Amino acid sequence: MNFDVNQIRGLFPVLHQEVHGKPLIYFDNAATTQKPKQVLEALTSYYEKDNSNIHRGAHALADRATQYFENTRESVRRFINAKESAEIIFTKGTTESINLVAQTFGRKFIGKGDEIIISTMEHHSNIVPWQMLCEATGAVLKIIPVHENGELDFQEFEKLLTSKTKLLSVVHASNALGTINPVKKMIDAAHAVGAKVLLDGAQSTSHLEIDVVELDCDFMVFSAHKLYGPTGLGVLYGKREILEAMPPFLGGGEMIKEVTFEKTTYNDIPFKFEAGTPNIADVIAFDAAIEFIDSLGKKAIKEHEDELLSYANELTADIKGFQPIGTAKQKVSVLSFNINGMHPFDVGQMLDARGIAVRTGHHCTQPLMKRFGIEGTVRASFAVYNTKSEIEQMAEGIARIAKIKNK
Amino acid sequence: MSSINEIQDEIVSEFEILGDDRESTIFYIMELGGNLEDFPVEEQKEDNIIKGCQSKVWLIADENDGKVHFKADSNTDITKGLISLLIRVLNDRTPEEIIHADLNFINRIGMGSIIGSQRSNGLASMIKQMKLYAIAFQTKLNA
Ligand SMILES: Cc1ncc(COP(=O)(O)O)c(C=O)c1O
Repeated sequence: MNFDVNQIRGLFPVLHQEVHGKPLIYFDNAATTQKPKQVLEALTSYYEKDNSNIHRGAHALADRATQYFENTRESVRRFINAKESAEIIFTKGTTESINLVAQTFGRKFIGKGDEIIISTMEHHSNIVPWQMLCEATGAVLKIIPVHENGELDFQEFEKLLTSKTKLLSVVHASNALGTINPVKKMIDAAHAVGAKVLLDGAQSTSHLEIDVVELDCDFMVFSAHKLYGPTGLGVLYGKREILEAMPPFLGGGEMIKEVTFEKTTYNDIPFKFEAGTPNIADVIAFDAAIEFIDSLGKKAIKEHEDELLSYANELTADIKGFQPIGTAKQKVSVLSFNINGMHPFDVGQMLDARGIAVRTGHHCTQPLMKRFGIEGTVRASFAVYNTKSEIEQMAEGIARIAKIKNK
Repeated sequence: MSSINEIQDEIVSEFEILGDDRESTIFYIMELGGNLEDFPVEEQKEDNIIKGCQSKVWLIADENDGKVHFKADSNTDITKGLISLLIRVLNDRTPEEIIHADLNFINRIGMGSIIGSQRSNGLASMIKQMKLYAIAFQTKLNA
Protein backbone atom coordinates (compact mmCIF):
# COMPACT_ATOMS: atom_id res chain seq x y z
CA MET A 1 0.00 0.00 0.00
CA ASN A 2 1.31 3.43 -0.88
CA PHE A 3 1.22 6.02 1.83
CA ASP A 4 -1.96 7.85 0.96
CA VAL A 5 -3.46 9.59 3.98
CA ASN A 6 -6.93 9.84 2.49
CA GLN A 7 -6.98 6.17 1.71
CA ILE A 8 -5.73 5.39 5.22
CA ARG A 9 -8.41 7.59 6.77
CA GLY A 10 -10.99 5.62 4.84
CA LEU A 11 -10.05 2.57 6.90
CA PHE A 12 -10.91 4.26 10.22
CA PRO A 13 -14.69 4.58 10.68
CA VAL A 14 -14.36 6.49 13.96
CA LEU A 15 -12.58 9.41 12.30
CA HIS A 16 -15.61 10.25 10.21
CA GLN A 17 -17.73 12.02 12.76
CA GLU A 18 -18.43 15.46 14.08
CA VAL A 19 -17.70 16.54 17.63
CA HIS A 20 -19.59 19.60 18.87
CA GLY A 21 -20.56 20.29 15.28
CA LYS A 22 -16.94 20.25 14.03
CA PRO A 23 -15.12 17.45 12.22
CA LEU A 24 -13.23 15.33 14.73
CA ILE A 25 -9.48 15.90 14.84
CA TYR A 26 -8.04 13.06 16.86
CA PHE A 27 -4.69 14.02 18.38
CA ASP A 28 -4.75 11.75 21.43
CA ASN A 29 -2.92 8.90 19.77
CA ALA A 30 -0.33 8.46 22.49
CA ALA A 31 -3.19 7.53 24.82
CA THR A 32 -4.69 5.10 22.35
CA THR A 33 -4.85 4.90 18.57
CA GLN A 34 -8.01 4.32 16.57
CA LYS A 35 -8.65 0.93 15.01
CA PRO A 36 -8.81 0.23 11.27
CA LYS A 37 -11.72 -1.71 9.75
CA GLN A 38 -9.60 -4.84 9.39
CA VAL A 39 -9.22 -5.04 13.16
CA LEU A 40 -12.93 -4.49 13.77
CA GLU A 41 -13.80 -7.09 11.17
CA ALA A 42 -11.39 -9.61 12.66
CA LEU A 43 -13.10 -9.16 16.02
CA THR A 44 -16.60 -9.77 14.69
CA SER A 45 -15.46 -12.54 12.42
CA TYR A 46 -13.91 -14.38 15.35
CA TYR A 47 -17.11 -14.21 17.38
CA GLU A 48 -19.30 -15.03 14.39
CA LYS A 49 -17.31 -17.95 13.06
CA ASP A 50 -14.58 -19.25 15.33
CA ASN A 51 -15.43 -18.57 18.96
CA SER A 52 -14.09 -21.39 21.14
CA ASN A 53 -11.53 -21.95 23.82
CA ILE A 54 -8.01 -22.51 22.60
CA HIS A 55 -5.23 -25.05 23.21
CA ARG A 56 -7.77 -27.54 24.57
CA GLY A 57 -10.73 -28.72 22.54
CA ALA A 58 -10.34 -31.43 19.95
CA HIS A 59 -12.82 -29.88 17.57
CA ALA A 60 -12.64 -27.81 14.43
CA LEU A 61 -13.48 -24.44 15.95
CA ALA A 62 -11.00 -24.78 18.78
CA ASP A 63 -8.41 -25.83 16.28
CA ARG A 64 -9.03 -22.81 14.10
CA ALA A 65 -9.08 -20.34 16.98
CA THR A 66 -5.85 -21.82 18.35
CA GLN A 67 -4.23 -21.50 14.99
CA TYR A 68 -5.26 -17.84 14.59
CA PHE A 69 -4.17 -17.08 18.14
CA GLU A 70 -0.76 -18.60 17.54
CA ASN A 71 -0.52 -16.82 14.18
CA THR A 72 -0.62 -13.52 16.03
CA ARG A 73 2.14 -14.67 18.32
CA GLU A 74 4.26 -15.37 15.25
CA SER A 75 3.35 -11.98 13.76
CA VAL A 76 4.39 -10.22 16.96
CA ARG A 77 7.65 -12.16 16.90
CA ARG A 78 8.29 -10.95 13.37
CA PHE A 79 7.16 -7.42 14.28
CA ILE A 80 9.93 -7.05 16.86
CA ASN A 81 12.26 -9.60 15.27
CA ALA A 82 12.42 -11.91 18.28
CA LYS A 83 14.20 -15.23 17.78
CA GLU A 84 11.21 -17.46 18.50
CA SER A 85 7.51 -17.02 19.15
CA ALA A 86 7.78 -18.74 22.55
CA GLU A 87 9.46 -15.54 23.72
CA ILE A 88 6.20 -13.63 23.13
CA ILE A 89 3.81 -13.63 26.09
CA PHE A 90 0.37 -12.10 25.91
CA THR A 91 -0.72 -9.95 28.84
CA LYS A 92 -3.38 -7.32 29.53
CA GLY A 93 -1.05 -4.52 28.56
CA THR A 94 2.23 -2.74 29.22
CA THR A 95 1.27 -2.28 32.85
CA GLU A 96 0.65 -5.96 33.45
CA SER A 97 3.80 -6.91 31.56
CA ILE A 98 5.95 -4.74 33.82
CA ASN A 99 4.22 -6.05 36.94
CA LEU A 100 4.78 -9.59 35.73
CA VAL A 101 8.52 -8.99 35.41
CA ALA A 102 8.65 -7.22 38.79
CA GLN A 103 6.76 -10.00 40.57
CA THR A 104 8.60 -12.94 38.99
CA PHE A 105 12.03 -11.92 37.74
CA GLY A 106 12.21 -9.25 40.43
CA ARG A 107 11.20 -11.49 43.33
CA LYS A 108 13.66 -14.15 42.30
CA PHE A 109 16.69 -12.20 41.15
CA ILE A 110 16.58 -8.87 42.97
CA GLY A 111 17.28 -8.72 46.68
CA LYS A 112 18.20 -6.47 49.56
CA GLY A 113 20.70 -3.77 48.61
CA ASP A 114 20.44 -4.51 44.88
CA GLU A 115 19.67 -1.56 42.65
CA ILE A 116 17.08 -0.93 39.96
CA ILE A 117 17.57 2.03 37.64
CA ILE A 118 14.66 3.88 36.06
CA SER A 119 14.45 7.42 34.72
CA THR A 120 12.67 10.62 35.67
CA MET A 121 10.53 10.37 32.55
CA GLU A 122 8.94 7.00 33.31
CA HIS A 123 5.21 6.40 33.13
CA HIS A 124 3.80 5.54 36.56
CA SER A 125 3.45 1.96 35.36
CA ASN A 126 7.24 1.78 35.13
CA ILE A 127 7.70 3.32 38.59
CA VAL A 128 5.15 1.86 40.96
CA PRO A 129 5.82 -1.87 40.31
CA TRP A 130 9.50 -1.25 41.14
CA GLN A 131 8.64 0.73 44.25
CA MET A 132 6.48 -2.19 45.36
CA LEU A 133 9.32 -4.59 44.67
CA CYS A 134 11.81 -2.43 46.55
CA GLU A 135 9.47 -2.23 49.49
CA ALA A 136 9.11 -5.99 49.57
CA THR A 137 12.77 -6.87 49.04
CA GLY A 138 14.82 -3.96 50.35
CA ALA A 139 16.19 -3.21 46.89
CA VAL A 140 16.91 0.42 46.01
CA LEU A 141 15.49 2.52 43.18
CA LYS A 142 17.90 4.84 41.35
CA ILE A 143 16.68 7.59 39.07
CA ILE A 144 18.31 8.96 35.90
CA PRO A 145 17.82 12.74 35.73
CA VAL A 146 16.44 14.56 32.69
CA HIS A 147 17.90 17.64 30.96
CA GLU A 148 15.87 20.78 30.38
CA ASN A 149 15.27 19.78 26.73
CA GLY A 150 13.76 16.48 27.80
CA GLU A 151 16.75 14.25 27.06
CA LEU A 152 18.14 11.82 29.62
CA ASP A 153 21.34 12.80 31.35
CA PHE A 154 23.55 10.06 29.97
CA GLN A 155 26.57 10.93 32.08
CA GLU A 156 24.56 10.69 35.27
CA PHE A 157 23.12 7.41 34.02
CA GLU A 158 26.62 5.98 33.60
CA LYS A 159 27.50 7.04 37.13
CA LEU A 160 24.50 5.13 38.50
CA LEU A 161 25.66 1.87 36.92
CA THR A 162 27.54 -0.31 39.40
CA SER A 163 27.91 -3.96 40.22
CA LYS A 164 24.83 -3.52 42.45
CA THR A 165 22.66 -2.70 39.44
CA LYS A 166 20.42 -5.65 38.68
CA LEU A 167 17.97 -4.07 36.31
CA LEU A 168 17.58 -1.03 34.08
CA SER A 169 13.92 -0.40 33.25
CA VAL A 170 13.56 2.51 30.91
CA VAL A 171 11.09 4.01 28.49
CA HIS A 172 12.07 3.78 24.82
CA ALA A 173 10.04 6.86 23.81
CA SER A 174 8.47 9.17 26.37
CA ASN A 175 4.69 9.46 26.31
CA ALA A 176 4.78 12.91 27.88
CA LEU A 177 7.60 14.52 25.88
CA GLY A 178 8.15 12.32 22.85
CA THR A 179 11.88 11.96 23.59
CA ILE A 180 13.43 8.88 22.00
CA ASN A 181 16.06 7.57 24.40
CA PRO A 182 19.42 6.22 23.19
CA VAL A 183 18.43 2.75 24.33
CA LYS A 184 21.01 0.75 22.40
CA LYS A 185 23.83 2.60 24.16
CA MET A 186 22.04 2.25 27.48
CA ILE A 187 21.47 -1.47 27.07
CA ASP A 188 25.12 -2.06 26.25
CA ALA A 189 26.23 0.00 29.23
CA ALA A 190 23.87 -1.85 31.58
CA HIS A 191 24.97 -5.23 30.27
CA ALA A 192 28.57 -4.24 30.88
CA VAL A 193 27.86 -4.21 34.63
CA GLY A 194 25.82 -7.41 34.43
CA ALA A 195 22.38 -5.82 34.70
CA LYS A 196 19.32 -6.89 32.72
CA VAL A 197 17.28 -4.37 30.75
CA LEU A 198 13.54 -3.89 30.32
CA LEU A 199 12.39 -1.52 27.57
CA ASP A 200 9.00 0.13 27.88
CA GLY A 201 8.00 0.20 24.24
CA ALA A 202 4.45 1.47 24.77
CA GLN A 203 5.18 4.60 22.75
CA SER A 204 7.94 3.41 20.45
CA THR A 205 6.51 0.31 18.81
CA SER A 206 3.99 2.20 16.68
CA HIS A 207 6.59 4.63 15.34
CA LEU A 208 9.99 2.97 15.23
CA GLU A 209 11.44 -0.13 13.66
CA ILE A 210 12.04 -2.57 16.51
CA ASP A 211 14.63 -5.34 16.52
CA VAL A 212 14.98 -6.89 19.95
CA VAL A 213 17.91 -9.04 18.87
CA GLU A 214 19.89 -6.09 17.62
CA LEU A 215 18.91 -3.98 20.65
CA ASP A 216 19.73 -6.97 22.84
CA CYS A 217 17.18 -5.92 25.47
CA ASP A 218 16.22 -8.66 27.90
CA PHE A 219 12.56 -7.64 28.09
CA MET A 220 10.38 -5.43 25.97
CA VAL A 221 6.81 -4.54 26.83
CA PHE A 222 4.04 -2.80 24.89
CA SER A 223 0.27 -2.48 24.46
CA ALA A 224 -1.77 -3.46 21.41
CA HIS A 225 -4.16 -0.54 21.82
CA LYS A 226 -1.45 1.99 21.03
CA LEU A 227 -0.65 0.04 17.88
CA TYR A 228 -4.01 0.28 16.11
CA GLY A 229 -5.05 -2.93 17.90
CA PRO A 230 -7.64 -3.76 20.57
CA THR A 231 -7.61 -2.66 24.21
CA GLY A 232 -6.87 -5.01 27.08
CA LEU A 233 -3.99 -6.74 25.33
CA GLY A 234 -0.27 -6.36 25.71
CA VAL A 235 2.97 -8.12 25.05
CA LEU A 236 5.89 -9.17 27.15
CA TYR A 237 8.92 -10.15 25.15
CA GLY A 238 11.69 -11.85 27.12
CA LYS A 239 14.79 -13.78 26.20
CA ARG A 240 14.13 -17.52 26.46
CA GLU A 241 16.77 -18.29 29.06
CA ILE A 242 15.50 -15.54 31.33
CA LEU A 243 11.83 -16.44 30.95
CA GLU A 244 12.67 -20.06 31.68
CA ALA A 245 14.52 -19.10 34.85
CA MET A 246 11.62 -16.98 36.08
CA PRO A 247 8.93 -18.45 38.35
CA PRO A 248 5.34 -18.27 37.04
CA PHE A 249 3.16 -15.22 37.68
CA LEU A 250 -0.46 -16.33 38.03
CA GLY A 251 -1.39 -19.90 38.83
CA GLY A 252 -4.25 -21.75 37.15
CA GLY A 253 -5.19 -23.49 33.93
CA GLU A 254 -3.03 -23.38 30.78
CA MET A 255 0.15 -22.70 32.71
CA ILE A 256 0.63 -26.21 34.09
CA LYS A 257 2.03 -29.46 32.81
CA GLU A 258 0.61 -31.66 35.51
CA VAL A 259 -1.24 -30.97 38.71
CA THR A 260 -1.41 -33.32 41.66
CA PHE A 261 -2.11 -32.23 45.20
CA GLU A 262 1.47 -33.07 46.06
CA LYS A 263 3.21 -31.18 43.30
CA THR A 264 2.46 -29.18 40.18
CA THR A 265 4.82 -28.91 37.26
CA TYR A 266 4.66 -25.86 35.07
CA ASN A 267 4.14 -25.64 31.37
CA ASP A 268 6.84 -24.39 29.01
CA ILE A 269 7.09 -20.77 27.91
CA PRO A 270 5.08 -18.90 26.78
CA PHE A 271 2.18 -20.82 28.37
CA LYS A 272 3.77 -20.80 31.80
CA PHE A 273 2.92 -17.09 31.94
CA GLU A 274 -0.53 -17.28 30.36
CA ALA A 275 -2.73 -18.73 33.09
CA GLY A 276 -6.43 -19.02 32.36
CA THR A 277 -8.38 -18.39 29.18
CA PRO A 278 -6.61 -15.54 27.46
CA ASN A 279 -8.03 -12.58 25.58
CA ILE A 280 -8.53 -14.72 22.48
CA ALA A 281 -10.60 -12.36 20.33
CA ASP A 282 -8.32 -9.40 20.83
CA VAL A 283 -5.16 -11.41 20.23
CA ILE A 284 -6.61 -12.67 16.96
CA ALA A 285 -7.67 -9.17 15.91
CA PHE A 286 -4.24 -7.79 16.82
CA ASP A 287 -2.84 -9.72 13.88
CA ALA A 288 -4.84 -7.47 11.57
CA ALA A 289 -3.36 -4.39 13.27
CA ILE A 290 0.18 -5.64 12.72
CA GLU A 291 -0.64 -6.43 9.14
CA PHE A 292 -1.97 -2.90 8.73
CA ILE A 293 1.25 -1.39 10.09
CA ASP A 294 3.38 -3.71 7.97
CA SER A 295 1.42 -2.79 4.86
CA LEU A 296 2.44 0.84 5.33
CA GLY A 297 5.93 0.18 6.63
CA LYS A 298 7.45 1.81 9.70
CA LYS A 299 9.72 3.93 7.56
CA ALA A 300 6.85 5.58 5.70
CA ILE A 301 4.91 5.93 8.96
CA LYS A 302 7.83 7.67 10.69
CA GLU A 303 8.38 9.98 7.73
CA HIS A 304 4.74 11.00 7.70
CA GLU A 305 4.62 11.56 11.45
CA ASP A 306 7.93 13.45 11.47
CA GLU A 307 6.55 15.73 8.81
CA LEU A 308 3.44 16.40 10.91
CA LEU A 309 5.53 17.09 14.00
CA SER A 310 7.87 19.53 12.29
CA TYR A 311 4.92 21.26 10.66
CA ALA A 312 3.30 21.61 14.09
CA ASN A 313 6.55 22.96 15.53
CA GLU A 314 6.83 25.43 12.71
CA LEU A 315 3.25 26.71 12.99
CA THR A 316 3.33 27.10 16.77
CA ALA A 317 6.86 28.51 17.12
CA ASP A 318 5.83 32.15 16.87
CA ILE A 319 2.64 32.01 18.90
CA LYS A 320 3.04 34.38 21.82
CA GLY A 321 2.86 32.51 25.12
CA PHE A 322 3.38 29.08 23.52
CA GLN A 323 5.80 27.01 25.60
CA PRO A 324 6.87 23.65 24.17
CA ILE A 325 7.83 21.08 26.82
CA GLY A 326 10.37 18.57 25.57
CA THR A 327 12.51 19.61 22.64
CA ALA A 328 14.82 16.62 22.34
CA LYS A 329 16.58 16.11 19.04
CA GLN A 330 15.10 12.66 18.58
CA LYS A 331 11.35 12.53 19.11
CA VAL A 332 8.29 10.53 18.20
CA SER A 333 5.29 12.56 17.09
CA VAL A 334 4.36 14.11 20.41
CA LEU A 335 3.92 17.85 20.89
CA SER A 336 3.66 18.67 24.58
CA PHE A 337 3.12 22.30 25.52
CA ASN A 338 1.68 24.89 27.82
CA ILE A 339 0.28 28.32 27.21
CA ASN A 340 1.59 31.03 29.42
CA GLY A 341 -0.95 32.00 32.08
CA MET A 342 -3.36 29.19 31.31
CA HIS A 343 -4.15 25.85 32.85
CA PRO A 344 -3.65 22.91 30.46
CA PHE A 345 -7.13 21.61 31.30
CA ASP A 346 -8.69 24.86 30.09
CA VAL A 347 -6.63 24.80 26.91
CA GLY A 348 -7.71 21.21 26.27
CA GLN A 349 -11.35 22.06 26.78
CA MET A 350 -11.13 24.97 24.37
CA LEU A 351 -9.48 22.80 21.73
CA ASP A 352 -12.22 20.24 22.32
CA ALA A 353 -14.75 22.95 21.49
CA ARG A 354 -13.12 22.98 18.05
CA GLY A 355 -13.42 19.22 17.73
CA ILE A 356 -9.73 18.72 18.52
CA ALA A 357 -9.02 15.86 20.94
CA VAL A 358 -5.82 16.29 22.95
CA ARG A 359 -4.70 15.03 26.32
CA THR A 360 -4.14 17.35 29.26
CA GLY A 361 -2.63 16.75 32.66
CA HIS A 362 0.38 14.92 34.00
CA HIS A 363 0.18 11.99 31.55
CA CYS A 364 0.91 9.55 34.39
CA THR A 365 4.38 11.06 34.70
CA GLN A 366 4.10 13.17 37.84
CA PRO A 367 7.81 13.02 38.75
CA LEU A 368 8.62 14.36 35.27
CA MET A 369 6.11 17.19 35.64
CA LYS A 370 7.71 18.02 38.98
CA ARG A 371 11.12 18.08 37.28
CA PHE A 372 9.81 20.79 34.96
CA GLY A 373 8.01 22.59 37.78
CA ILE A 374 4.63 22.25 36.10
CA GLU A 375 1.36 20.60 36.96
CA GLY A 376 0.80 19.20 33.52
CA THR A 377 0.87 19.89 29.81
CA VAL A 378 -1.37 19.81 26.79
CA ARG A 379 -0.28 16.94 24.58
CA ALA A 380 -1.06 16.53 20.91
CA SER A 381 0.20 13.24 19.49
CA PHE A 382 0.00 12.33 15.83
CA ALA A 383 -0.61 9.08 14.00
CA VAL A 384 -0.70 7.71 10.45
CA TYR A 385 -4.17 9.09 9.70
CA ASN A 386 -3.52 12.67 10.75
CA THR A 387 -3.10 15.40 8.14
CA LYS A 388 -1.32 18.70 7.72
CA SER A 389 -4.64 20.42 7.44
CA GLU A 390 -5.55 19.12 10.91
CA ILE A 391 -2.26 20.53 12.23
CA GLU A 392 -3.15 23.89 10.71
CA GLN A 393 -6.50 23.89 12.46
CA MET A 394 -4.89 23.02 15.76
CA ALA A 395 -2.30 25.79 15.38
CA GLU A 396 -5.09 28.24 14.58
CA GLY A 397 -6.95 27.14 17.72
CA ILE A 398 -3.84 27.42 19.88
CA ALA A 399 -3.11 30.91 18.52
CA ARG A 400 -6.64 32.06 19.34
CA ILE A 401 -6.53 30.57 22.84
CA ALA A 402 -3.06 31.92 23.59
CA LYS A 403 -4.20 35.42 22.73
CA ILE A 404 -6.56 35.50 25.71
CA LYS A 405 -3.65 35.79 28.12
CA ASN A 406 -0.81 36.82 25.83
CA LYS A 407 -1.77 40.00 24.03
CA MET B 1 -32.01 41.85 45.71
CA SER B 2 -33.30 39.49 43.04
CA SER B 3 -34.39 36.04 44.07
CA ILE B 4 -32.40 32.90 43.37
CA ASN B 5 -34.74 32.03 40.54
CA GLU B 6 -34.64 35.48 39.01
CA ILE B 7 -30.86 35.37 38.90
CA GLN B 8 -30.96 31.92 37.39
CA ASP B 9 -33.30 33.21 34.66
CA GLU B 10 -30.86 36.06 33.99
CA ILE B 11 -27.97 33.66 33.59
CA VAL B 12 -29.94 31.41 31.26
CA SER B 13 -30.82 34.32 28.99
CA GLU B 14 -27.20 35.51 28.94
CA PHE B 15 -26.11 32.08 27.76
CA GLU B 16 -28.92 31.97 25.21
CA ILE B 17 -27.53 35.11 23.60
CA LEU B 18 -24.20 33.32 23.11
CA GLY B 19 -25.96 30.74 20.97
CA ASP B 20 -24.51 27.38 20.06
CA ASP B 21 -20.90 28.30 19.57
CA ARG B 22 -19.07 26.28 22.14
CA GLU B 23 -15.84 28.15 21.99
CA SER B 24 -17.50 31.53 22.62
CA THR B 25 -19.44 29.97 25.49
CA ILE B 26 -16.25 28.70 27.09
CA PHE B 27 -14.51 32.04 26.56
CA TYR B 28 -17.49 33.67 28.25
CA ILE B 29 -17.33 31.32 31.23
CA MET B 30 -13.63 32.11 31.57
CA GLU B 31 -14.32 35.82 31.55
CA LEU B 32 -16.89 35.40 34.31
CA GLY B 33 -14.07 34.21 36.54
CA GLY B 34 -12.88 37.83 36.54
CA ASN B 35 -15.95 38.73 38.65
CA LEU B 36 -14.70 36.76 41.63
CA GLU B 37 -13.86 38.76 44.70
CA ASP B 38 -10.18 38.68 45.65
CA PHE B 39 -9.38 35.52 47.53
CA PRO B 40 -6.99 35.79 50.50
CA VAL B 41 -3.74 34.04 49.62
CA GLU B 42 -3.44 32.60 53.13
CA GLU B 43 -6.74 30.79 52.61
CA GLN B 44 -5.35 28.89 49.61
CA LYS B 45 -4.66 25.96 51.85
CA GLU B 46 -5.39 22.28 51.78
CA ASP B 47 -8.30 22.56 54.25
CA ASN B 48 -10.24 24.81 51.92
CA ILE B 49 -9.83 22.70 48.81
CA ILE B 50 -13.04 21.15 47.57
CA LYS B 51 -12.65 17.40 47.24
CA GLY B 52 -13.75 15.85 44.00
CA CYS B 53 -12.60 18.58 41.63
CA GLN B 54 -9.93 17.90 39.02
CA SER B 55 -8.66 21.45 39.20
CA LYS B 56 -7.91 23.07 42.52
CA VAL B 57 -10.86 24.97 43.97
CA TRP B 58 -10.71 26.80 47.27
CA LEU B 59 -13.92 27.83 48.98
CA ILE B 60 -14.47 29.72 52.22
CA ALA B 61 -17.62 31.16 53.74
CA ASP B 62 -18.67 33.34 56.65
CA GLU B 63 -21.99 34.40 58.05
CA ASN B 64 -23.20 37.93 58.69
CA ASP B 65 -26.68 38.90 59.89
CA GLY B 66 -27.93 35.45 59.05
CA LYS B 67 -26.61 35.59 55.48
CA VAL B 68 -23.84 33.42 54.08
CA HIS B 69 -21.00 35.05 52.16
CA PHE B 70 -18.79 32.89 49.95
CA LYS B 71 -15.36 33.51 48.51
CA ALA B 72 -13.69 31.12 46.08
CA ASP B 73 -10.70 30.73 43.83
CA SER B 74 -9.28 28.18 41.45
CA ASN B 75 -6.12 27.49 39.50
CA THR B 76 -8.03 27.22 36.23
CA ASP B 77 -10.00 29.96 34.53
CA ILE B 78 -12.95 27.84 33.44
CA THR B 79 -13.47 26.60 36.98
CA LYS B 80 -13.27 30.17 38.27
CA GLY B 81 -16.02 31.07 35.86
CA LEU B 82 -18.18 28.18 37.01
CA ILE B 83 -17.86 28.97 40.66
CA SER B 84 -18.49 32.64 40.00
CA LEU B 85 -21.87 31.61 38.59
CA LEU B 86 -22.68 29.63 41.73
CA ILE B 87 -21.63 32.51 43.92
CA ARG B 88 -23.71 34.95 41.91
CA VAL B 89 -26.77 32.80 42.58
CA LEU B 90 -26.16 31.80 46.19
CA ASN B 91 -24.19 34.62 47.78
CA ASP B 92 -25.54 36.62 50.73
CA ARG B 93 -28.60 34.48 51.23
CA THR B 94 -29.90 32.71 54.29
CA PRO B 95 -28.73 29.17 54.97
CA GLU B 96 -32.34 28.09 54.47
CA GLU B 97 -32.45 29.54 50.94
CA ILE B 98 -29.11 27.98 50.02
CA ILE B 99 -30.00 24.56 51.35
CA HIS B 100 -33.26 24.50 49.39
CA ALA B 101 -32.01 26.17 46.23
CA ASP B 102 -32.81 24.21 43.11
CA LEU B 103 -29.96 25.16 40.80
CA ASN B 104 -31.81 24.43 37.59
CA PHE B 105 -29.83 26.94 35.51
CA ILE B 106 -27.08 24.36 35.13
CA ASN B 107 -29.29 21.96 33.22
CA ARG B 108 -31.17 24.70 31.43
CA ILE B 109 -27.89 26.00 29.99
CA GLY B 110 -26.84 22.48 29.10
CA MET B 111 -23.71 23.04 31.16
CA GLY B 112 -22.96 19.32 31.33
CA SER B 113 -22.33 19.08 27.63
CA ILE B 114 -20.39 22.35 27.53
CA ILE B 115 -17.90 21.47 30.23
CA GLY B 116 -17.82 17.68 30.03
CA SER B 117 -18.25 15.04 32.68
CA GLN B 118 -15.09 15.60 34.75
CA ARG B 119 -15.90 19.25 35.27
CA SER B 120 -19.59 18.51 35.83
CA ASN B 121 -18.62 16.26 38.69
CA GLY B 122 -16.44 19.06 40.02
CA LEU B 123 -19.35 21.49 39.74
CA ALA B 124 -21.56 19.09 41.71
CA SER B 125 -18.87 18.94 44.42
CA MET B 126 -18.77 22.74 44.58
CA ILE B 127 -22.55 22.92 45.05
CA LYS B 128 -22.41 20.24 47.70
CA GLN B 129 -19.69 22.11 49.59
CA MET B 130 -21.67 25.36 49.46
CA LYS B 131 -24.73 23.59 50.83
CA LEU B 132 -22.64 21.96 53.55
CA TYR B 133 -21.46 25.40 54.64
CA ALA B 134 -25.08 26.56 54.72
CA ILE B 135 -26.10 23.59 56.85
CA ALA B 136 -23.26 24.30 59.26
CA PHE B 137 -24.29 27.97 59.60
CA GLN B 138 -27.93 27.02 60.03
CA THR B 139 -27.02 24.68 62.85
CA LYS B 140 -24.99 27.44 64.45
CA LEU B 141 -27.76 30.03 64.05
CA ASN B 142 -30.36 27.70 65.55
CA ALA B 143 -28.18 26.75 68.48
C1 LIG C 1 5.31 5.01 28.14
C2 LIG C 1 4.13 4.26 28.65
N1 LIG C 1 4.31 3.23 29.48
C3 LIG C 1 3.29 2.52 29.96
C4 LIG C 1 1.98 2.81 29.62
C5 LIG C 1 0.88 1.98 30.20
O1 LIG C 1 0.22 1.27 29.19
P1 LIG C 1 -1.13 0.49 29.47
O2 LIG C 1 -2.04 1.47 30.14
O3 LIG C 1 -1.61 0.11 28.11
O4 LIG C 1 -0.81 -0.68 30.32
C6 LIG C 1 1.75 3.86 28.76
C7 LIG C 1 0.36 4.22 28.40
O5 LIG C 1 -0.11 5.32 28.56
C8 LIG C 1 2.84 4.61 28.26
O6 LIG C 1 2.64 5.64 27.43
